[in-house]
Amino acid sequence: MSELSVRHLLGIKYLNPKDLELIFQTADHFKEVLGRAIKKVPSLRDITIANIFFENSTRTRLSFELAEKRLSADVVNFSAAQSSVRKGETLIDTVNNILSMKVDMVVMRHPNPGAGIFLSRHVQAAIVNAGDGAHEHPTQALLDSYSIRERLGGVGGKKVVIVGDILHSRVALSNIFALQMQGAEVRVCGPKTLIPKHVESLGVKVESNLRDALQWCDVANMLRVQNERMDMSYFPSTREYARQFGLNKALLDSLDKEIVIMHPGPINRGVEITSDVADSDHSIILNQVENGVAIRMAVIYLLASKIKQ
Amino acid sequence: MSQKVLLSAKEIEIILHRLACQLLENHLDFSESVLIGLQPRGSFLAVRLRELLEKEYKVRKIPFGLLDITFYRDDFRRGDKTLAASSTQIDFLVEGKRVVLIDDVLYTGRSIRAALTALQSFGRPGSIELLTLIDRRFSRHLPIQPDYRGRQVDAINAEKVRVCWKENEGEDAVYLISN
Repeated sequence: MSELSVRHLLGIKYLNPKDLELIFQTADHFKEVLGRAIKKVPSLRDITIANIFFENSTRTRLSFELAEKRLSADVVNFSAAQSSVRKGETLIDTVNNILSMKVDMVVMRHPNPGAGIFLSRHVQAAIVNAGDGAHEHPTQALLDSYSIRERLGGVGGKKVVIVGDILHSRVALSNIFALQMQGAEVRVCGPKTLIPKHVESLGVKVESNLRDALQWCDVANMLRVQNERMDMSYFPSTREYARQFGLNKALLDSLDKEIVIMHPGPINRGVEITSDVADSDHSIILNQVENGVAIRMAVIYLLASKIKQ
Repeated sequence: MSQKVLLSAKEIEIILHRLACQLLENHLDFSESVLIGLQPRGSFLAVRLRELLEKEYKVRKIPFGLLDITFYRDDFRRGDKTLAASSTQIDFLVEGKRVVLIDDVLYTGRSIRAALTALQSFGRPGSIELLTLIDRRFSRHLPIQPDYRGRQVDAINAEKVRVCWKENEGEDAVYLISN
């Protein structure tokens, strides 16, 4: 098995356990490359990749761009703020215009759920979803699992709690799919207003008490409160949120076990997680960022190898 | 499909000793030299040669690495299959060193071309030599020749040379396979 079962990376939902294993193994090799003095391989010399971002992003975009450049691909960047999208151009037209300049792969972030899937049906290039609304963010889930695997030796059988704004989170959904696919047990925890209705249908349990959730888990993934996606008040105040669902040192010390702390970033320090926890030895937040480049190199390499000449 | 023995276990042993002696002749105490086996199949030969040099010829602590060339190959996207990588284990810089690249079969020379590129990521070597167990003459695509060769073989393109090691296939032997 050395080939992905898909032509696009639209979501974890469309992958199978073998795909995940292949991506992780390939990422191991790229991680070794990233540790070298010269962190670059020439594999994708004849591939051009467009990063199309209709939504703000620093880390993901930077991570993708670095991954592409370290594979020697040619890279063009495009952000909606400075584009003809503002003049009323449709998504398909925008992308087809870019593709007519001989682009082989499109990495796209878009505020609408399913934008990547829609695009994959209408254009020729390989599509990588870098986040579509509150739907999926597959590379984030992959790097999260990869980081857990690195720290704890594996994902199967582990207990993971995802804390915070589950309702608006594409990271949560992709993580639930990825973790369950590898045999981990997942629970979610957060204010009732930020837990989607019928989330149990995905096979996850809801915890309303953070301490109980932490006591149960091996890994806690603390999500950011996404103020920009909130069209109404979901909780009374930031302070109240931090008191009930924020992770602090005292709470962490009161547990009778050691847990691993993750955060997809950017961190609202003092809201979902305090600085002393985010910067502690329990936290693998910066490992996640580091692994992000290796994971994205693996995904791009494996997808690019399926693009026929 | 027919299969012919090119080298037996005994012959391989003799050849390994000869190659080790030839390396010794040129590198003496290996103080400025490193051995690098090409993954996946060159690694067996490289490990054997190192063992031989250290045990039989008392050379001490030869810097040793394994190099994977998958990401440097020139046939990415040209075949049907995705190229699967092996691991690279080189925990030193080759800057200024005398590198000996080790592979089992030299055929078109394209793997060696990729290895030369890959090696650049680990510094600027003083010199690079090539050692192969089997040299398939007359089938080169590139101007690359071995400095140390075990056995020269004239095989047509339809034929395959298969090198077996005790470590992976249970016996030391080299076969010529033709359809």
